Amino acid sequence: MFKRISALLLAGAVTMTMAGCGGDGGSGGSADDGKITMGFSQVGAESGWRTANTKSVQDSAKSAGVDLKFSDAQQKQENQIKAIRSYIQQKVDVIAFSPVVESGWDTVLKEAQSAKIPVILTDRAVDSADTSLYKTFLGSDFVEEGRKAGTWLTEAFKDSKDPVNIVELQGTTGSAPANDRKAGFAEVIGADPKFKVIASQTGDFTRAKGKEVMEAFLKANPDIDVLYAHNDDMGLGAIEAIEGAGKVPGKDIKIITIDAVKDGMQALADGKISYIVECSPLLGPQLMDLAKKAVKGEQIPARVVTEETTFTQEQAKEALPSRQY
Amino acid sequence: MNAVLRHRLLWPAVILAALLLTNLAFTDHFFSIEMKDGHLYGSLIDIVRFGAPLILVALGMTLVIATGGIDLSVGSVVSISGALACLRISGMDDQNSVSGVVAAAGLALVLSLALGAWNGFLVAGVGIQPIIATLILMVAGRGLAQLITDGQIITVNSGPYKLIGGGYWLTLPFGIIIVLAVLALTAVLTRRLALGLLIESVGGNAEASRLAGIRSRGVIITVYTFAALCAGVAGLMISSNVSSADGNNAGLWIELDAILAVVIGGTSLAGGRFSLGGTVLGALIIQTLTTTIYSIGVPPETTLLFKALVVTVVCLLQSPAFREKAFHRRRRPVAAPPAAEEKVRVPA
Repeated sequence: MFKRISALLLAGAVTMTMAGCGGDGGSGGSADDGKITMGFSQVGAESGWRTANTKSVQDSAKSAGVDLKFSDAQQKQENQIKAIRSYIQQKVDVIAFSPVVESGWDTVLKEAQSAKIPVILTDRAVDSADTSLYKTFLGSDFVEEGRKAGTWLTEAFKDSKDPVNIVELQGTTGSAPANDRKAGFAEVIGADPKFKVIASQTGDFTRAKGKEVMEAFLKANPDIDVLYAHNDDMGLGAIEAIEGAGKVPGKDIKIITIDAVKDGMQALADGKISYIVECSPLLGPQLMDLAKKAVKGEQIPARVVTEETTFTQEQAKEALPSRQY
Repeated sequence: MNAVLRHRLLWPAVILAALLLTNLAFTDHFFSIEMKDGHLYGSLIDIVRFGAPLILVALGMTLVIATGGIDLSVGSVVSISGALACLRISGMDDQNSVSGVVAAAGLALVLSLALGAWNGFLVAGVGIQPIIATLILMVAGRGLAQLITDGQIITVNSGPYKLIGGGYWLTLPFGIIIVLAVLALTAVLTRRLALGLLIESVGGNAEASRLAGIRSRGVIITVYTFAALCAGVAGLMISSNVSSADGNNAGLWIELDAILAVVIGGTSLAGGRFSLGGTVLGALIIQTLTTTIYSIGVPPETTLLFKALVVTVVCLLQSPAFREKAFHRRRRPVAAPPAAEEKVRVPA
């Protein structure tokens, strides 16, 4: 039943776009005011980060005057492929999507290519050998995030002669952010032998696991100087464990996390977290910019890194009131 | 001596002790328990505290499995219950009001009961196989939890709610007290009253029990409802422990850990008999294993393999047939193998 209704709606949408396309057929050559139609296929709505990501794309499409066709794949690749095919049939000007998984995109990307529709990947990459299948990949550089975390640490402890004992809470084992954040961090701190990662375990990116693993770390290692967590949530869980052990998070144990979601920023402003590297979901404005250039046929770099920053405790206090997610 | 050797819970107890001793070898103060901020603090306390939700879920699962069924939906119920309670509390003007927290927790438990009754209805009323009937809620339930939380992590800041899973009472973690209360209640209901016998007879042969005058349908609905209630309480504990509800990850795969705990504890998956003490031991073994991995520093990439190896050893030691083969020649006076684990048929 639901399928039939959505098919009807889709059919309606197709005819309307066709009509729309007829009106501004020469949009490719026109100036910035020419209306662009973008088809965007989102992974799903699994976290606050993702929801903020969706909202950013929708809002910036509105303000950039881009006609956005949005679909939610609910974590399923087949939904995403269906959505992209329907965008191709609708003859949108540009297609953007966050791939659910890395592989299996070649066929549908080729279809887009032969329909001469540029494709932009956001947030996650695909493993296609033929990189001409998509225009560009816009997203965070996880290795760089790890490096930023490591750089702050080496700065903060540069006067210390004693060894610095670090424990690490990794993300979900095998996921790209976990691997890359670990590698980037290790690369920077590896330069100085006084930095030692004495324990490293996965906390699955969740608060509950972060707390549980940190409890065990605290029991097994009496001298922990620094905690490096691959996302805010694990750090927040670990804070509770540290407080339960009678230590002061941020003072006795310095905490570095990645993401900068609202709860994490609050803890940073409260002095419990020492430093946060941002992994921003707000890539909407950059996406619209790239989309316009791609439609005009301008050259764009094959890899665009999301504009991201880092936060100290003071910066968090300023940024917190306007934090959207 | 023979009675001890032949006791059903001997092997789980030996394995638990071995795991704990392994930890002692790696961490010097593993067994030390001290007072900190007016409550007990130490690795052993941690094991029981983090194991509390699993023990609860496994207790419910034990009774379901004793009727020959299985409940895959408990993980989803865990996340739904935590999500609903946190949603209610986050909407309150005064998050520290005790009555408000009790009402929110009560509402979550009522919903859990309803979900359990639904499972029981599908299994006993409609006659769907338990694994399928509860699979429905396992898949759909997490969606429901997502719907409640709107896909976000709901953070609450409530003192009374924090007590349930993260607080202390009489120097003991409150979660342990809840577990002891539920365990005592279950033990009295099933072992001092006839309920345990009824459950086992339904598990042995539902049709024969019905002919003997037992309302098997009612018994089955009761055990599924009880399992969901236990999962609901566990959900409150898990979300309260971190003061937030995560519809996506709370209680993820806890159903499998619970089934494993039940099996390690010596309850047969075929139904017809159960051991509450064994289940508690089984759950503690699983939690100790997790803690062991953290404290001896098994790399995350090999964690699952390590767990699998230990669990395989545990299951082999639990099997009378394997012990018979492996140890038969070496020992002279062979301890009679415990009663075989096959399904106990109650004659019609």
